[in-house]
This record gives sequence, structure tokens and C-alpha cells, in this order.
Amino acid sequence: MEILIPILSAAIRSGTPILYATLGEILTEKAGVLNLGLEGLMLLGAFSGFSATMMTGNPWFGLASAVLVGMGVSAIHAFLCVSMGANQVVSGLAITMFGTGLSALLGKAYVGETIRGIGILPVPLLGKVPVLGPVFFNHDPLVYVSYCLVGLLCWFISSTRWGLTLRAVGENPRAVDSAGLNVTRLRYAYTMVGGGLTALGGAYLSVVYTQMWVEMMTAGRGWIAVALVIFGIWNPLRAAFGSYLFGGVGALQLRIQAAGTTVPAPLLLMLPYILTIVVLVVISVRKGKGILLGAPAALGQPFHREERD
Amino acid sequence: MIRPFRVERRIDAPAWLNWAIPVGAVAIALAAGAILLFFLGVSPLAAYTAMFKGALGDAWGISETIVKAIPLTLAGLAVGLAFTMVVWNIGAEGQIVMGALATVAVVRYAFVDSSAAMFAMMFLAASIAGGLWAGLAGFLRARWSVNETITTLMMNYIAILLADYFIYGPWRDPSSLGFPMTAPFPDAARLPALWGTRVHVGIFLAIAIAVLFRVLYRWTRWGFELRVIGNNPKAARYAGINDTMNILLAMFVSGAVAGIAGMTEIAGLQGRIQPGFSGGYGFTAIIVAWLARLNPLGTIFVSFLLGALLVGGDTLQVVMGLPLASVQVLQGLILFCVLGGEFFRNYRIVLSGRGE
Repeated sequence: MEILIPILSAAIRSGTPILYATLGEILTEKAGVLNLGLEGLMLLGAFSGFSATMMTGNPWFGLASAVLVGMGVSAIHAFLCVSMGANQVVSGLAITMFGTGLSALLGKAYVGETIRGIGILPVPLLGKVPVLGPVFFNHDPLVYVSYCLVGLLCWFISSTRWGLTLRAVGENPRAVDSAGLNVTRLRYAYTMVGGGLTALGGAYLSVVYTQMWVEMMTAGRGWIAVALVIFGIWNPLRAAFGSYLFGGVGALQLRIQAAGTTVPAPLLLMLPYILTIVVLVVISVRKGKGILLGAPAALGQPFHREERD
Repeated sequence: MIRPFRVERRIDAPAWLNWAIPVGAVAIALAAGAILLFFLGVSPLAAYTAMFKGALGDAWGISETIVKAIPLTLAGLAVGLAFTMVVWNIGAEGQIVMGALATVAVVRYAFVDSSAAMFAMMFLAASIAGGLWAGLAGFLRARWSVNETITTLMMNYIAILLADYFIYGPWRDPSSLGFPMTAPFPDAARLPALWGTRVHVGIFLAIAIAVLFRVLYRWTRWGFELRVIGNNPKAARYAGINDTMNILLAMFVSGAVAGIAGMTEIAGLQGRIQPGFSGGYGFTAIIVAWLARLNPLGTIFVSFLLGALLVGGDTLQVVMGLPLASVQVLQGLILFCVLGGEFFRNYRIVLSGRGE
């Protein structure tokens, strides 16, 4: 148990950036928009969070600016996919290319700089509980925010009127339209909120987790988040479990390397990617047997108000 | 409320749109890029002039553009084949890497001193390696509907790490003074270069496969089946077209062609592998395929244009000190504009007061 505690604690921390991105994508996909640009959005979030923190000296300002950048760039995706009816897969790839390129281009000047990011803030009382305390309540504030967000989203999606509308817009946009609600506006809103959360996940990496900026520092976490949405069958709680699982694999692999092993580093680094594929296969096989629910019915399909289906 | 214009669905897209949309999209993307360059403190005019001169200004520039167009054409054809049936093979980069690894393996373990034999063996090994790499994702998609976008993408990371493993590990050249790279290929394993430039015979391979794909799409039963599956999977099933088998086969061929791109790049140009040797061609290929509207012969032309963009980016890096990422930004912008431009293929804007 004593050995497990630091690993579990590290799993939470390194899973948190993936969790924010996954939660963002759940909201976007629930509204019927597929955003494969998570990797690019996370990188832009990581860069803008870092640079704004460096310029203002205030990490919270950095995080806020990352959210704004994420919302702005995902608005491009919303414009292309919702207003112009463009192909959502290709548009997401374009967001990733654009985000990867722009963050590397603008971030060149920031490589090697350091910032004072956000530190650890143990929760009073809860932090003292044996085992659970060090694992869950001895982190930075953004980890606690993500716990609250998971609970909030579970409640929002399943138990509120707005959540019902959100689900309907992804399942049957025509019904939402008939009910007099604006499908376009809803999809824009959720795509942008999702993009903002994703960028916040990226900023977590640069402002809180590593407190530095490196080109391509997300290393595929955005894509893993896309897979985790499927793994979590669009449920925030399951998504959190998946994110911590991946965080744990990442943390474990670092520990194995540090402990000195004969397994070459590139092979260890493959683990999260192989795990992603394995997880997807398991989920898909079970889905094929009818055990799990599927994606929102209208996911990836543009809605044309004036046309018949 | 009277609006100055309204949007109308087109019944038929006029033919001139086929070139007007891509040209307009690239123009708008370059304009957006110019604004970005301006804010970076670089004169957009000077930057674009340098790019144009570097890529197309002289014979050497054009030959370098062709050098980049070769893997782009092959990879563009590869992903285009999968896209035709709405299977998202985003893994061309990994398939290129696997093709290159197979090529190096053949040279290391099965070298014979004959150019023809080496070419045949490298060609086969690279296409099988790339084909199986993509075929695995195709199998998972066809059998259990595993999302192929994510599997192919994850397999990119795995392939690149696998290459790193070999480059830093068992295949590292002992005489490379500690640099991570494999030993240079012997002459018999090199594809000949042409016209005193770095252009290699891979160019004929790329053109031949493009023509082959054109014939396949246009005149064969299989090509027809692929298009039906892409356009209307339900109709395909009613017509008795086996989509499972077709997805598997198309992914295998797609990966094989990407693998061949890796082979020509290594045997024709680089002569060894080192970290980062795949150079992102597999991702640029996605733009190539989309800009060419999945048309095989159009793919050659678009590859040349995007090859010019890459060479221009190299020039920009040397002359103006701009990082290579600026080309990636431009690529993203081009893709945005092409996607937006598709709207005008399906809709037209009519000024009010006309035709009412």
C-alpha cells in the first residue's frame, strides 16, 4: 500500500489534463459535434497559458487566457461544421495542424523559460485522512476543480432541463428545432465550452504540471482524450476513471524508467498508445454485443434546418 | 426583415467550381497567413517572394519540390483510397515509417548485390509492412467497428517509437560517432537519382500508382464498389457488396502505398533512417487528398503545390529564420479554407431582388 500511494497520487495529477480535455469533448459530442482538434487545442492552451503567466506573473490569468483561446479556436471549428456543414473529421484535423503549428511558431521564444505556476494546496482535514488524503486531496486547486466539474457535469447532463436539451441536440436536432430552440446556437455554445475546457487541460500541463513550455508537449494526450470519450461512453464519471487509468500508466512508466530497467525507453513510451487501442477494442467488442450504449445519434452530422432528412 | 442576400441550395455544381474553390481557398489561406506574418514582424510580401523563389524560382528549387511531391503523391493516394470509402486512415505517417523500417530490415538482413533484386525485395517488404500496419486498424474497424481514426493515429506514435527503438538500439551505426542513425545503404540498395538532382526514380512509381488508381476508380468493379460503400453504405449492403472485406482490402492497399512512400524516401533519398526521418508527409497527405478531392491524377498536381509549400518553408527558415512550424500553420489555414469553400459547391448566394 505504501508503494501504491505515490503512484495513485501521480496518476491523479497526470490524468487531470486528459480529464479536462475528455470532459470538454463529452460536452461537444453530446451536442452532436465531433471535434478531433483536441490535440491542437491542448497545445494552444498550453502555450497561451504559459505565455500569459509569464507576461503577467499570475498563473490564474494564464489559465483564463488559455480558456479564451480554446473557445476562440474551437469557434472556427463550430463555424465550419455547424454553419458551413463541413466535414467534421477533416475540420478537426485542420484544427490540430493549425494548433500544433501556431503553438510551435509563437512558442519558439518561450522554450527554456520558467514560470512560477500553481503549487500544491492540501485540503484541510480531508488531506489528513489516511490513504485517501494523500491520493485525492493533496494536489493543486485545479485537481479539485476537476473533481467538482465531473460531479457538476454528471448532474447537469442527466438531471437538468439544459442537460436534456444538450442530449436532444446530439440525438435528434430536428426535434430540438421543432421545440423552438436554436440548434446552431446550442452547438456553437457547447463546441466552444468544450474547446475552452480542452485548452484548460493543455494549460494544466504547462502552468501547473511541468511549469515549462516544450513544443508538442501534449504528446498525443488530445487523441487519447478522444478515445476516452468512447471508453467513457459519454459519461463524465467513467471518463474520469479512464483519465486516471492513463495517468497511472504514464506515472508508472516514469517510475519504471527511474528505477533503472533494461527495457528501452521507446518501448516503455509506447504503453499509453497501445493501451488506448486495447481499451477501444474491448469497448467496441462489448458494444457489438449490445452491452453498452452508443454515440449520440446525430454525432458528426450537420443539421440543415430547411431540408428534409 | 429584408436581407440583402439569401442562401440557396445548388442543384448542380458548375464545373468551374472544381478549380475555383481550391484556388480561392489557397488564396484566402495565404492572405490569412500574410496577416499572421505581419503580426510576427515579418514582411508578408518578402516572405512569400522568398518562398516562391526558393521552391519554383530555379531548376534546383523545382527539383526539390518534386523530391517532396513524390512521398506526398504516394501518401496522398494512400489516404485518398481510404477516404473514398469514408474510412479515416490518419495513419499514413506510421505506415510510411513501417515501410521504411521494412526497407532497412531488408538491406540489413537480406542484402544481395543486385539493384533489381534489391528493388523488388524492398518494394515487397515495404508494401507488406505498411499494408499490415494499416490492415490491422482496418481489421478492427471491419470486425468490431473500432474507431479507425484513433487506432491509426495511435499506431503513428507506436511506429515512430518503434523506429526510435531501432535507431537508438540494435540498428545504430557503430561508425556514426554516436549519432543516432542507421548505417548508409550500399549502392545496390539505392534508387538511382535522375538528371543530376535529388529526384529519384520514385517519381515514376508515384505516377504509375496514380494512373493505376485512376483506372481502378474509373473502370473496375472494385473501384465502383468502393465508391458505393463511401457514398451509401446501406445501398452497398443491399447490392450485396461485402463491406467488411472491402474495408480490410482497401486499408491494406492504402497502407501498402504509404509503405512504398517510406521505401522510396529512404532508398531514393535519405539512404538511412534517423529520428524524425518521416517528416510529417503522412499528415500533409491528408490535405493533399482533400484538396485533390480524392482524384488520383489531381493528387499529383496538388502534391507538387504542397511540395512547393514545404520547400518554400525550408527557404523561409533559412532566409528569414522563421521556424518550420509556419508551414504547418499555413497548411492548417489552407485546410480550413478548403473546407469552408466546399459550402459554395452545395449552396449559392443570391442577391435579393434577383430572380424572385
